[in-house]
Amino acid sequence: MNKADVVVIGGGPAGIEAAYNLARDNHKVVLVEKEEEIFGHMQTAYTLFPNFQDASEIRSSLLQKTKHGNITLYNNAEVTQVSRENDFWRVQTINGLDFIAPAVLLASGFKTFDARYKEELGYGIYKGVITSVEFEEMLKVGKIQTANGEKPRRIAFLNCVGSRDEKVGNHYCSRVCCINAVKLSIEAKKQLPEVEAYCFYMDIRMSGQFYEELYRKSQEDFDVNYIRGRISEVAPTFDNRLQVKCEDTLSQTPLKMTVDLLVLMIGIEASEGTARIGEQVGVNGEYNFSKSISLHTADNKTKHRGFFLAGTCKRPLTVPETMADARAAALEIDLYLKSLSQ
Amino acid sequence: MMNYHPFVIPFTVGALFLFGVVFYKFYAWIAALDRKQKFMVKQNIFSFKTIRAIGEIFREALVHRNIYRKNPVLGYMHMSLAFGWFLLIVVGKIKASLYAGTFFEPPWLGIFFNFFAVDGHAFSHSEMLTFTMDFLLLIILSGLALAIIKRVKSSLLGMRKTTKHSRFDRIALSSLWFIFPLRLMAESTTASLHGNGGFLTNSVGHLIPSTIAPYAELPLWWAYSISLFVFFVALPYSRYMHIPTEVVLIFLRNWGADTGEQLSGYTDIQLNSCSRCGICIDACQLNFAAGISNVQSVYFVRDARYKTLSDEVVNNCLMCGRCSNECPVGLELTLVRQQFRNKQEIPGKFYYEYTEPVESKAGVDVIYYAGCMTHLTPSIIISMKKIFEAAGVNYWFMDEDKGVCCGRPLRQQGFIQQSKNLVIKNSRIINSARAKLLVTSCPICYKSFREEYNLNLPVMHHTEYIEGLLADGRITLNASNVTVVYHDPCELGRGANIYEQPRNILRNFSLIESNYEKENSLCCGGSLSDAILDLRLQLKIRDHALGELTKDKPDVLVTACPLCKKSFVHGNKARVMDIAEIVAGNLKVIASKKRPVRKEELQLV
Repeated sequence: MNKADVVVIGGGPAGIEAAYNLARDNHKVVLVEKEEEIFGHMQTAYTLFPNFQDASEIRSSLLQKTKHGNITLYNNAEVTQVSRENDFWRVQTINGLDFIAPAVLLASGFKTFDARYKEELGYGIYKGVITSVEFEEMLKVGKIQTANGEKPRRIAFLNCVGSRDEKVGNHYCSRVCCINAVKLSIEAKKQLPEVEAYCFYMDIRMSGQFYEELYRKSQEDFDVNYIRGRISEVAPTFDNRLQVKCEDTLSQTPLKMTVDLLVLMIGIEASEGTARIGEQVGVNGEYNFSKSISLHTADNKTKHRGFFLAGTCKRPLTVPETMADARAAALEIDLYLKSLSQ
Repeated sequence: MMNYHPFVIPFTVGALFLFGVVFYKFYAWIAALDRKQKFMVKQNIFSFKTIRAIGEIFREALVHRNIYRKNPVLGYMHMSLAFGWFLLIVVGKIKASLYAGTFFEPPWLGIFFNFFAVDGHAFSHSEMLTFTMDFLLLIILSGLALAIIKRVKSSLLGMRKTTKHSRFDRIALSSLWFIFPLRLMAESTTASLHGNGGFLTNSVGHLIPSTIAPYAELPLWWAYSISLFVFFVALPYSRYMHIPTEVVLIFLRNWGADTGEQLSGYTDIQLNSCSRCGICIDACQLNFAAGISNVQSVYFVRDARYKTLSDEVVNNCLMCGRCSNECPVGLELTLVRQQFRNKQEIPGKFYYEYTEPVESKAGVDVIYYAGCMTHLTPSIIISMKKIFEAAGVNYWFMDEDKGVCCGRPLRQQGFIQQSKNLVIKNSRIINSARAKLLVTSCPICYKSFREEYNLNLPVMHHTEYIEGLLADGRITLNASNVTVVYHDPCELGRGANIYEQPRNILRNFSLIESNYEKENSLCCGGSLSDAILDLRLQLKIRDHALGELTKDKPDVLVTACPLCKKSFVHGNKARVMDIAEIVAGNLKVIASKKRPVRKEELQLV
């Protein structure tokens, strides 16, 4: 059994940022990551909204932070068991690691909605239907193309796939998809100026700083079209393109459109690790997201002393929100550890 | 006056009242039958069907064979009370007639016989008849004991929930509980004074102290008569109205009366035939999977009868048909509920005015109509295309690009007129194609086409069609040892009686059975018929059903309805496939170009 001051579960932006801030305060931090690679969902990002910052810059900054002398990083170390032992927390992993520490930070993040559950949208059935994550990867390698390797003439982005959807049991808004669709459509137009881009939405929610401006810019400078209506079904055309059907709810008419790529803006759900560890420890809230004791005044603390939360294990958050939350968590943990040594 | 005592008055008045009210009600209901129902009555009243109905009345209204089959103890309880009492009246009448030496003795004589027949006046078969009467009374009392146990603790009789009763029911029930114990005590007291009883009343009579008997005798007979009066007066307003009404129901049903679309006298007859046994409560998934216990058919029927129906009771129903299937009286509960949903006026606008015209395609053998729900599960469509191609079918995919809804979801919400307009649109398209067969992938559409349409060609659900293709050798399947469990969709199974066809197809795989096969199948929770059920409760119903179906961990849960598929897929417990998908995935590709001889027309079932 190895001792540490803090065990941070999850090597994504929240986990790394919190670990780094704790390390700077001279705490011995163990950072466990279930995958071979760190960065979590940041791994696949191309640019970040709303300023189009290159995600690789963020990745190298995060990587640098993990190198701090007080941090020991373990990869391929999926947590299997978190338990309370006297005044300590015990964290065991799938690869046989066993830690004991007075404080644990859960930064186990989110997973994206499995679009196969919306069979009517044809994901996994028609090759032209892809997720926003897959489209981001296309942007990253600079190859936006159809399954046949052709340049698409028309791309549709569909918002709220797995969010605000009673039928799949997710009533909540994932918050980042609207602005992400704006970003992706602009990036698509940057790489393929000839392509037609359409965004299908229920509501456009532009709540962050510069979001509204970007939404406007996408229409004025990049000619992105927005259609209020949820795509109800997708079918192949005779030439293997995709026909999408929806109701244009502003003009109140049914609409059919043929597109080459349909990008599903998949929503955010609690990751399997978040759900499982939350269940073990007893901090599970709605939709399996972890629950802090006070949203307003103690959003990093849980009902268990020494068990803290940071980032998207609590709810959908943007990258800057996640990083800020991680630093707040580090501060809480620092105060907690100091109170123990007094 | 001989054979008279004032205590017979309550009984006689009660009986006259009862007959008056019951016959008035019967008259009103029969007068309110719709034209079609009246026609069926006229057509069949003098036919063998009447005799068949009498047989059924004996089996169901007296012996209660159906309840006995479902629950022997409950069956015995009903039989002992109904058939026992019936025989008690008949044998009592025979005994009284023999005693009085005339068929036209006063009607109360048989009921209070032991009080009057104390003079040792001999008549034929008196000993045997006395024994029979006591024996019948004993049987009834044993049934009554069970009834009391059922009321106190229903689980002892194998029921999870029993019905909560109205005030009239309680009055009638209490008086019913008193009638037979009072009769026993009255007859026993008389027996102890005059020695005229049978094995039961005589024995009980011996237990009554001779000091009390002379004072107790008359009050007991009065009490017996009064309890009969109370029961008779309460009967027409209580659930016990089912006793006379069920007889009328059985006649009408045998004569071919149809529940129909709109409320009619036949609806009233069905509502009044409900005994409120509560078997439907246990059958209902809203009860045992979602914890709702105030909307089940028994309460719906009760509220409809007393005209206290709330929208919630009418509309919070999956219309899965499990209760109709279990109902020992055979009430068409789903159809009756539907009648109460049907809107009398056409509200607002027609929602489909924008539908584009569909040109029908001539010269095809088969029309394929996927249906709206199937368009939400494109894997089924892809599979059906594959199957049609493999079998070399000359088909037209009618709603591939644009289509009109079959109309059933609107109908189930009560929008009959709108639904009919859709039926007209689709009928025109289908009939003008002059094809030989219509195949659909959706059980909802299938039921709609079968029941609401007047088409010039037969209709098949794809389970029937694929079974036919396999039987004719037009497609063959690779051997597979994948374990599958089959879920019967409500509309296809209980709704359209398609049980064997999917199972015949799935014999090509390793088919295992669940605890909810065929008529006993569960609703997936995704029913379109319940527009007000809370999502969380819907998911509870789904998860319960999914848990039951996947108990034995099959590789694939197979169903034959796009809606069921969608419900179960989201449950994330097992691999879920439509029967068309599993067939298409296992099609044996015929190497030679020569296909099996294509028949002009598939042999129809």
